[in-house]
Amino acid sequence: MADARPIISCRDLTKIYRMGDQEVRALDGVSLDIQTGEFVAIMGPSGSGKSSLMNLIGALDRPTSGEMWINGRALSEMNRDELADLRNETLGFVFQQFNLLPRQDAFQNVRLPLRYARRELGDIDARARECLEMVGLGSRMDHRPMQLSGGQQQRVAIARALSNRPRILLADEPTGALDSKTTIEIMALMQDLNRQGITVVVITHEAEVASYAARQIHFLDGKIERDTAHPELKRASGGRA
Amino acid sequence: MKYGVATSSAIEALFSNPMRSLLTMLGIIIGVASVMVMMSIGEGAKAAIEKQISSVGANVLTLQPGTMNRGGRNQGGGSGRPFAESDVAAVGDLPFVEAAAGILSGQANAVSEKANWVTNMQGGTASFFEVNNWKVDQGRTFTEQEALGGAAVVVVGKTAAKNLFPDGNAVGQRIRVNSVPVEVIGVLESKGQSGGGGMGQDRDDTLVGPLSMVRNRITGGNRWVSRHVSRIQILVQDGYDVAEAQEEVSTVMRDRRRIDSGQPDNFMVVNFADMIKQRAAVTETMSTLLAFTAAVSLIVGGVGVMNIMLVSVTERTREIGLRMAIGARGGDILLQFLLEAIALCTLGGLIGMAIGWLGVLGYAQLSQAPMVVSPIIIATALGAAASVGLIFGFFPARRAAQLDPIQALRYD
Repeated sequence: MADARPIISCRDLTKIYRMGDQEVRALDGVSLDIQTGEFVAIMGPSGSGKSSLMNLIGALDRPTSGEMWINGRALSEMNRDELADLRNETLGFVFQQFNLLPRQDAFQNVRLPLRYARRELGDIDARARECLEMVGLGSRMDHRPMQLSGGQQQRVAIARALSNRPRILLADEPTGALDSKTTIEIMALMQDLNRQGITVVVITHEAEVASYAARQIHFLDGKIERDTAHPELKRASGGRA
Repeated sequence: MKYGVATSSAIEALFSNPMRSLLTMLGIIIGVASVMVMMSIGEGAKAAIEKQISSVGANVLTLQPGTMNRGGRNQGGGSGRPFAESDVAAVGDLPFVEAAAGILSGQANAVSEKANWVTNMQGGTASFFEVNNWKVDQGRTFTEQEALGGAAVVVVGKTAAKNLFPDGNAVGQRIRVNSVPVEVIGVLESKGQSGGGGMGQDRDDTLVGPLSMVRNRITGGNRWVSRHVSRIQILVQDGYDVAEAQEEVSTVMRDRRRIDSGQPDNFMVVNFADMIKQRAAVTETMSTLLAFTAAVSLIVGGVGVMNIMLVSVTERTREIGLRMAIGARGGDILLQFLLEAIALCTLGGLIGMAIGWLGVLGYAQLSQAPMVVSPIIIATALGAAASVGLIFGFFPARRAAQLDPIQALRYD
């Protein structure tokens, strides 16, 4: 029996940017539910609104209008600190450009979210090591980002996103800077994590990457164009959705 | 707030660009070094003045003869009519006077077995030592009986002892003062320069003997005043206002000398401690002014720190965005940059203190001036540096903390 309440829920989301005297409607009345344990790919050409949606789901930005709930909590009712805590406790981010701190080694980068955590986490050093081992970098903990390949850097970033045991992993073009072989490795890793129960949302414009997801949502001009399930690719999450 | 992560991030940033950090610190280094030197000079001067005051005694008044005009020519301080022992008694009877000592002084030629030395011969009663708060270093002072009986004994000051007895061992020796043989019974502890009986003199270059012996056998009497003394030192009771005592002593003396109202005093009541304090006020104003100048350079240094911190915040906008994305609150970011500014300034403060210390040592060597480096100075210098970091780091840190997460993350 799956959790009846969606872990991510959006109602009539609108996001309007002002560029000079021009209004850009990045999101135009988007309503969307994502259940716990889903692996969702959000697709669309650039400017279709997929990144704007990602920023809203990631609690990094606020919608112009509409309401959204993450893990049952309405984001509009939360202040800046509560949003920061939500990002720390419930969400894990993976970025296209990895966004690792260049002067810190892999271990320190992975440990960073744990150090900002306000709940009791036990031995954070052990947790950071565990996460690096989970992504296959147990032997490169003391390497700095510059000493790692692109794929390895993205693995460090994934380990960092996992360190706080998030319920949702948000990845914005996670393979955009990687070659096709590494892309497969990273997507396999994401499927692994998804199988362990983490809800994964990947933003991509590549059909190849999206094919790893069980559900694909296509955006166009700030609206959902198409929302399709691909049961043949469903794995651990298949029976539960 | 999460201090651990903020502290380590701040310190890491500090050492990631050491040259820039050092240049940024330069203003703080100079500021703290100069604050330290100025305060040390000020404290040193203050300590020296306090020592002088305590050697004179804060509640001691000195009654001195006024100046005398002879044929329209001013004869200089102390040339006026001396006091009599009856004046000493009258002043001593005033209710607020703890003790009054009549002192006779004059130049005398002292001859020991080894040396010949012209020095200041003072005659006093046994209370001389109490009123001057002057203790013996070796031997003893003379007793009341010896003073009244006019015993041929003297107590010698440090300078006189050194010159008369280059080998040491003054106590028990016989010397001749203006051909009068006397026995040295004690050596006084050092009082140093410029004390009560005449500013700028070496107070230790003196012999002190019983008043009647000195007057009758060494310095000789006065033509107009029998049983005269050169000056009267008055120890005012603790808690009594010294200025008021000064006033009342003056009134008594005018009465005794029958000076009509409207006529000027022909004596002076001097409060040496007060004079020293007035002189000290000038020094203090000076060092306050210099410390203020040093504070200005700290402020200029602070503006430099603020400038670099603003640059640093801009350069690290993406890093700030990332930290926010993974759960840093605004307060965490604020703390990180604030600590970075404080660490920058405190480190600069430490370097400045080291330089300042060298400056203090060097200045003390060159000028022979007393310099004091107290814990208060160190705390003030470091505290000033850290405060500069706190004050000038706040604006850049707040700017960092208020960044919009998504805009910071997308910044390039």
